[in-house]
Amino acid sequence: MIQNLAFLPILLPMLAGVILLTSLFGKNITSRRVTSVVLSTITFLVSLVLLLKVQADGTQVYAIGEWSAPFGIVLVADPLSTLLVSLTALLGLVCVLYASAGDDEKGSFFHPLVHFLILGVNGAFLTGDIFNLFVFFEVLLIASYALLMHGGDKRNTRAALHYVILNLVGSAIFLIALGVLYGVLGTLNMADMAQKVALLQGDDVYLAKIGGLLLLVVFALKGALLPLHLWLPNTYATAMPVVAALFAIMTKVGVYSMMRVYTLIFGDEAGELSHMAQTWMWWFAMATIAMGGVGVLASKDLRKLTANLVIVSVGTLVALVAVQTIEATSAAIYYLVHSTLVTAALFLLADLIGRQRGDVADRITAGPAVAQPRLLGVCFLVAAIAVIGMPPLSGFIGKVWLLKATLDAEYTFVFWPLYLLVSLAILLSVAKAGSTVFWHHQDSLIESNATDSVEQSRVHPAQLAALIILIAGAPLMTIFAGPLSEYAIGAASQLHDFNNNIKIILSGGH
Amino acid sequence: MELLYASSVGVLVSCGVFLILRSRTFPVVLGLTMFSYAVNLFLFSSGRLSLNQAAVLGTSTEYADPLPQALVLTAIVIGFAMTAFVVILAIRGRTDLGNDHVDGQVPDKNNHNNDNNNKVKV
Repeated sequence: MIQNLAFLPILLPMLAGVILLTSLFGKNITSRRVTSVVLSTITFLVSLVLLLKVQADGTQVYAIGEWSAPFGIVLVADPLSTLLVSLTALLGLVCVLYASAGDDEKGSFFHPLVHFLILGVNGAFLTGDIFNLFVFFEVLLIASYALLMHGGDKRNTRAALHYVILNLVGSAIFLIALGVLYGVLGTLNMADMAQKVALLQGDDVYLAKIGGLLLLVVFALKGALLPLHLWLPNTYATAMPVVAALFAIMTKVGVYSMMRVYTLIFGDEAGELSHMAQTWMWWFAMATIAMGGVGVLASKDLRKLTANLVIVSVGTLVALVAVQTIEATSAAIYYLVHSTLVTAALFLLADLIGRQRGDVADRITAGPAVAQPRLLGVCFLVAAIAVIGMPPLSGFIGKVWLLKATLDAEYTFVFWPLYLLVSLAILLSVAKAGSTVFWHHQDSLIESNATDSVEQSRVHPAQLAALIILIAGAPLMTIFAGPLSEYAIGAASQLHDFNNNIKIILSGGH
Repeated sequence: MELLYASSVGVLVSCGVFLILRSRTFPVVLGLTMFSYAVNLFLFSSGRLSLNQAAVLGTSTEYADPLPQALVLTAIVIGFAMTAFVVILAIRGRTDLGNDHVDGQVPDKNNHNNDNNNKVKV
């Protein structure tokens, strides 16, 4: 069991999905919810155990079917991937908990789909084989297509259509890139590719470059990097907020793939091709941050606002990946965890606030007062401080760290002012949104009906629990900033340790 | 053979891209299908094209690379499922939105005519 631990974060969600898919529970929604919560808790605990084991014993390599690398497919559980697997499992648990308050009844198969999505995301984080990465991308995508349509309306159908078509084109480009890279390198194992890419000669170098840059296009599409970010605001704002909160991890899959591919395969040791995508990522990331900032200023409702905050965070992360130093990567790891938790919390908050304001929903205009201003107000304040990056919460630490990490990068004199200006824009819009939603009331609307529906939409205990887990991330990441940053630095230095990576992965562990 | 193979991939890609850029869902789905055919062919050729060679080690000195064939199989299966999904989604879009345009609305005919008229006048 213990040597197969690396495979469990993929196997458990799959089993959970299959169990929940069966008619075992009939129409009994309560038992289905309880089973789903229990199973996602187990997944979360197992990923924590894996995390501890990787901390204690070093990187775990699991060869599927005992076919050793580079011939078979390996799963690589190193500090970075296990951290992200745990984050995904936590987010899945939170979303299942939140949806159990009633959102899961708006369509069929909510719970199995969440588990299949977690299966795909975990697989994408753990795999050490680039074609397997494609397969897990497809697994998470097909689950996300169905989740996106869950309980949706007309606007939702249109956004889903765009999302699906874009991602199908993206998958096709992914395959072309893989074909080119396989044709040149003759292997699909990432560590083996990293070794062979330095040995390329003549025209093959250019072919590998084409393949590598096509991969960048795909990851930019998944991660919503400018100019391929246009699908994100609509998709995230029309999906059910709990689904949008779960999707907060999906853009990070794109960023994580960039981290792997452009640090390991096309990193320091790639000969002529080393750091070939760095300039592209750096400038497009800055453009993404700027675009996200404009979007944040222009957002008219809380969900759009949060979707644009996701774009800013993706831009920030990709900029850090482009710097390619250990310090920048560790800042990126810390910021990734922080931004995932806080954007997910904001999506859930937007939903809760919207439910208590009747027809005005989550639009940033004066409307009826929320029923529980203290609870939601305090949660919003904490999430807002974290997302803006004000002291004393995790956003501040992340921001200081990433500014420090980009100090020596090329063109920092463009990045710093841009990033700080966008932070100011975020500060302005979030403050405006908060004060409008909580303080500007317009109670002239029909009172009697409104109070009834507001009474019904008081925060459900399950929703509250889910929200508090996410919100608590910000203060906890501040209190435990020491061990967390040490972990992030360790994970980053392992990611950058080329020879060690190759040795561990190709020899099948230790 | 290489020329024929490469040009058929190229023709499929260009037709696929052209169709994907159309405004109605049916041509777009058709375009996606063609694009994925092209991709499958391309992926198959990444193991080099060869005639009369077994994909099994040990039976002959010259052997074809078996891996691209496995990759193509995976890609075909996934592409098939995705196409089925997008077809269903397009049908749902047709019923939900009342038309089969990818953007969910029929472009304004009058505006278009006006533009034409203006051009004629100019």
